[in-house]
Amino acid sequence: MKIIVCLKQVPDTSDVRIDPETHTLIREGIPSIINPFDMYAIEEALRLKEKFGGKVTALTLGPPQSLKALTEAVAMGADEAIQLSDRAFAGSDSWATSYTLALAIRKLGEFDLVLCGKQAIDGDTGQVGPGIASQLGIAQLTYVFKIVNLDPEARLITVERLLEEGREIVEARLPALLTVLKDINQPRTASFIKIRDASKKNIPTWSAADLPGVDPAMLGLKGSPTQVIQIFTPPMRTGGAQLIEAGTVRESAALLADKIIAEKII
Amino acid sequence: MALLKIDHDKCVGCEACIDACPFGALSMVDGLLEVSEACTACGACLLSCPMHALNLLKEREAEVAIDLTAYSGVWVWVEQFRGEVGGIPLEMLGQGRKLADQRGVALTACVLGHKVEHIAEKAISCGADRVFHVDDPTLEAYRTGPYSKVLVDLVLEHKPEALILGASSRGRDLAGSVASILHTGLTADCTGLEIDTETGLLLQTRPAFGGNIMAAIVCPYHRPQMATMRQHVAQMPVPDPGRRGQIVPVKAVLTEADIATRVIDSILEKDEVSLADARIIVSGGGGVGGAEGFKTIRLLADVLGGAVGASRSAVDRGWIPYAHQVGQTGRTVRPDLYIACGISGQIQHLAGMKTSRVIVAVNKDPQAPIFGVADYGIVGDLFEVVPELAEQFRKKLEKK
Repeated sequence: MKIIVCLKQVPDTSDVRIDPETHTLIREGIPSIINPFDMYAIEEALRLKEKFGGKVTALTLGPPQSLKALTEAVAMGADEAIQLSDRAFAGSDSWATSYTLALAIRKLGEFDLVLCGKQAIDGDTGQVGPGIASQLGIAQLTYVFKIVNLDPEARLITVERLLEEGREIVEARLPALLTVLKDINQPRTASFIKIRDASKKNIPTWSAADLPGVDPAMLGLKGSPTQVIQIFTPPMRTGGAQLIEAGTVRESAALLADKIIAEKII
Repeated sequence: MALLKIDHDKCVGCEACIDACPFGALSMVDGLLEVSEACTACGACLLSCPMHALNLLKEREAEVAIDLTAYSGVWVWVEQFRGEVGGIPLEMLGQGRKLADQRGVALTACVLGHKVEHIAEKAISCGADRVFHVDDPTLEAYRTGPYSKVLVDLVLEHKPEALILGASSRGRDLAGSVASILHTGLTADCTGLEIDTETGLLLQTRPAFGGNIMAAIVCPYHRPQMATMRQHVAQMPVPDPGRRGQIVPVKAVLTEADIATRVIDSILEKDEVSLADARIIVSGGGGVGGAEGFKTIRLLADVLGGAVGASRSAVDRGWIPYAHQVGQTGRTVRPDLYIACGISGQIQHLAGMKTSRVIVAVNKDPQAPIFGVADYGIVGDLFEVVPELAEQFRKKLEKK
């Protein structure tokens, strides 16, 4: 099994700031973590490798400091990690991000699976996984919460997906791209020693020039079809809750029920 | 000489362009792509190439690779599951109708499935002027490959200016694939879609960072402008059975052998009201104390006809399955009424529910952050308050 995991470094808190001039997010100065959904993708890749043998490659596209996310992935057990970092990649929307990651995956050669988290907790789009799959022309299985079966001989994978109405069991030919949900596993934590060892590992950085067949016009802000024209904070809820306090619990409950019914929702 | 330039270093021989060419001008000769004199430089192949190996010589100078004026009309994908249409695609038709009227163009619905003629008719009654009705056994259950291929081909042939999909699991799955293949912009999970009166562009508003930031996004130089939109933010159309429209039958393009996936089974979780569709959600958190405690939560949810939600702490302790989790690592919900019981209101939970219309909190701790976003609150033991609340609602709603 040759498995590629795409991961994104995201701010740890929801405490984000906006550059007032460029209207882009200022990511510097905020503690960063691996996107929580991507942790499940790494863990799942490692479990598949433990079962079937093979190699796990972690891939990230981001600013120089995103190397830390790859170090953590290596400490968890990834065999190899590649960082995609270049000024030319800056400002990528989901299309340009998918394009760049797909080029890097092609460069890595043959593979069986690409694993991604279902979405990143900062952008929340969930579109990069499907974007990569389409760029690579392979099957995509989104919202996966269980790998039911993997048959390397028959080159088939069977998964359970979580949809609005319930679960769906789907089989796909390999190679395939999966985006995974939280429920799929419990990610391991890397020991201090492994983190120390991983930080000594040489993780290569690829720039745009390292990607075969790259069209520079398709990269970064310039290559992004969407343009953010304004960023603003949503109107806040003000004042906090109106607390209902009557003599007894029953009276309070009755009063609250009346208030909710008056909102004409029910 | 043909105007089309092929970059053989980039071409991987996938032949997507051969199918895309309306004039049969492309072919593989000894493993190399060749273009014949039949090429009219229409550009249909440019969009089909995943490797961007195709260029039209004259176009290269301009930033704008396509003729934007050739694109007209608003399209909506009408999602169906087993021949039934949920609320979200109808809402999208309502939203699409509004945008089409503002632009003075037609609204087209794309109905894909098997034996779904009734949905095509429904789409017209809900505002569509035209329906592309693609009926084929390969489209019976949703699968990315065949659905994406049908939509991509329709877009390349008819050139809509905008394509709107509901931000359901399938809508997001499909939109990501279609936008990637068409090389166009996609704004996911919009909470607002309008036409900018000056430019005529689709102005797309979406939350990011768990709703802490809103972004207004446009797609100026690529078509169609694509967006997925969340449920419960647009107006539901009032169906008019007398409305007239055109149903255009379209053939599916892929055969079963071309499709890399197979749906083996769908397991409906029937006793569960879907969180995404629910207008009322009653959620429990750490204060519920155990799986048994969720019976109290469910009691209130049942009285109100709502769904049961949960905070991460309740899910992580195994009291209730993950499908119920609301928050940053669970589902983002936006019901009319959200009742949080024994939920302190961690920022990750708030991110998933704070745009609900009315929020009610029941918690022992008057300092709990949940009270900061709630409209109404009761400070008290949920096991005393919630059953009483259920009882009061039962009585009062009976009278109505």
